Amino acid sequence: MQSRLLRGDTILKILLAAAALFIIGLLVALAVELYLGASASIYKFGPAFLIGSKWIPNENILGALPFIYGTLLTSAIAIIIGLPISLGVAIFISEKLKSHQTFGYLLGTVVDLLAAVPSVIYGLWGILILIPLLRDYVERPLHNSLGFIPLFSGTPYGFNFFTAGIILAVMIIPTISAVSRDVLNAVPNSQREAMYSLGATEWEVTQRSVLPYARSGIFGAFVLGLGRAVGETMAVTMVIGNIPAITANLFSPGYTLSSLIANEFGESSGLYESAIIEIGLILFLVALLINVFARFLLWRMTRGTQVKV
Amino acid sequence: MTKPNLPTSISLWRKIVDKLMTILVIVAVVLAVIPLIFILGDVFIRGGAAINIGFLTHLPTAPNVAGGGIANALVGSFTMVGLAALISIPIGVGAGIFFSEWSTSQLSTVSSFMNDVLTGFPSMVLGLFIFIVIVLTTKQFSGFAGGVALSLVMIPIIARTTSESLKLVPTTLREASMALGIPRWKTVLRVVISTGKNGLLTGILLAVARATGETAPLLLTAATSEHFATSLFQPTASLTILIYNYGTSPYSSWQTQAWGAALVLILIMLALNLTVKLTIGRNLTGTRMEM
Repeated sequence: MQSRLLRGDTILKILLAAAALFIIGLLVALAVELYLGASASIYKFGPAFLIGSKWIPNENILGALPFIYGTLLTSAIAIIIGLPISLGVAIFISEKLKSHQTFGYLLGTVVDLLAAVPSVIYGLWGILILIPLLRDYVERPLHNSLGFIPLFSGTPYGFNFFTAGIILAVMIIPTISAVSRDVLNAVPNSQREAMYSLGATEWEVTQRSVLPYARSGIFGAFVLGLGRAVGETMAVTMVIGNIPAITANLFSPGYTLSSLIANEFGESSGLYESAIIEIGLILFLVALLINVFARFLLWRMTRGTQVKV
Repeated sequence: MTKPNLPTSISLWRKIVDKLMTILVIVAVVLAVIPLIFILGDVFIRGGAAINIGFLTHLPTAPNVAGGGIANALVGSFTMVGLAALISIPIGVGAGIFFSEWSTSQLSTVSSFMNDVLTGFPSMVLGLFIFIVIVLTTKQFSGFAGGVALSLVMIPIIARTTSESLKLVPTTLREASMALGIPRWKTVLRVVISTGKNGLLTGILLAVARATGETAPLLLTAATSEHFATSLFQPTASLTILIYNYGTSPYSSWQTQAWGAALVLILIMLALNLTVKLTIGRNLTGTRMEM
């Protein structure tokens, strides 16, 4: 009798542990397969692949720099625009609406809805609606009035780094604001009360006691949003123009790591295919680094409280 | 927490800064909500004009030929998401139970951390992985490869939601069950899971919604097709790839159909997400929509 019961426990534990092992195995298999697929390219180009600025598949001159640059630039634009807005939303929901829980819940739901919109729909909206609008009402005026600054010197046609950055900003706002909201909610009320008791205004309480307390969690939210911007494929591919370029001009078409994979696979073979897999490996390593870092920050901030993304 | 009245002696400057920041925060909220209104508005107006019964039941046509539909893409999406659910539910739920019920084990800590990392992973990389493992081996794009790629998107979501919701089941329930001499495996399967089943269902629905909206993993695995797929081992059309191809095409008839397909997709997503948000997920703290 006793041994039969124990056998049931053991069987269940083994089955469940197998599922947990599968997840570890998946991450390991991802790394191994991408490395093996990229090995021809790694062997041929070595570390120079990372700083090669030319991408001419016909002549096997392949360098990843334009794609790394495009990914970094579009993510940077997205963060510069998206981070302040996300923080504002988080502060509004967790601090201003503290006594209006229902309204806060509703607003949270609306912002979360932005996260539920598939990225291909952002892309469709970007290519057919946002591009003409941005081109005529933002990019051309900027170019005409501030064209002497290198950032705005190119003639804007709509498909460029700037548009991709804007679309990404819209896409990362729900991520950053939702996580920061949870982090701010995890700040103990005694922190706020202590500050109020000293005669601080509402903003001073937020600025000097809530935000510093939540600092590392908010940084985690920021890094998580960065991860989303770096990995995003479809919306960016549809609006960035897909031409490799390294330039400070925001109105120039560009290319990112993930849109290169989306566009040029399938038609490729041999060394060219291996180079694209190496681009995938770079994306994998960057995403791994960013996500591990973000999780670590959030874990440190919220031990014992519930914060999820 | 009630806000105390400020002393009257407070300087004007501090009051101005306080008001200014309140205004900035509200501006941020408006800026965050405006794109949602625009996107949903455009999809509903433009998509609504494109949708009729024929659109849902006909096969695609050449550009600027009237009467084209998205029937094969709808069937393709449902087939691949269905296959992905079959693969991901047992693995995701299993891992989630392990994370919550054996939370002290080393394997559980490592695996659940990696699971969190995977949740934020670019889905393009998952698609590339399945391309290397399945498409290069079988030498063709297939609905099977697409379904497997989508399952990799779903597993981490299901595992995490499962473990979070089972952690909310009070320990006293487990202890009461064990005190009655019920073995642990039966306690887990009968008591813990049945108490936390709403959370499990939430995770599965969110994962299904997320997979239905994914495009990148399907590009290199299922590719696309203009016909109904008759087996799992041939290229298969999907709603999202159709929106991508039609949206980036120069033909106005295809662009109109892309809006129609986008509306169908968004209705599916909204239905799944709102069901979760308004009913079963309501009482679960910390569950939220996934993207």
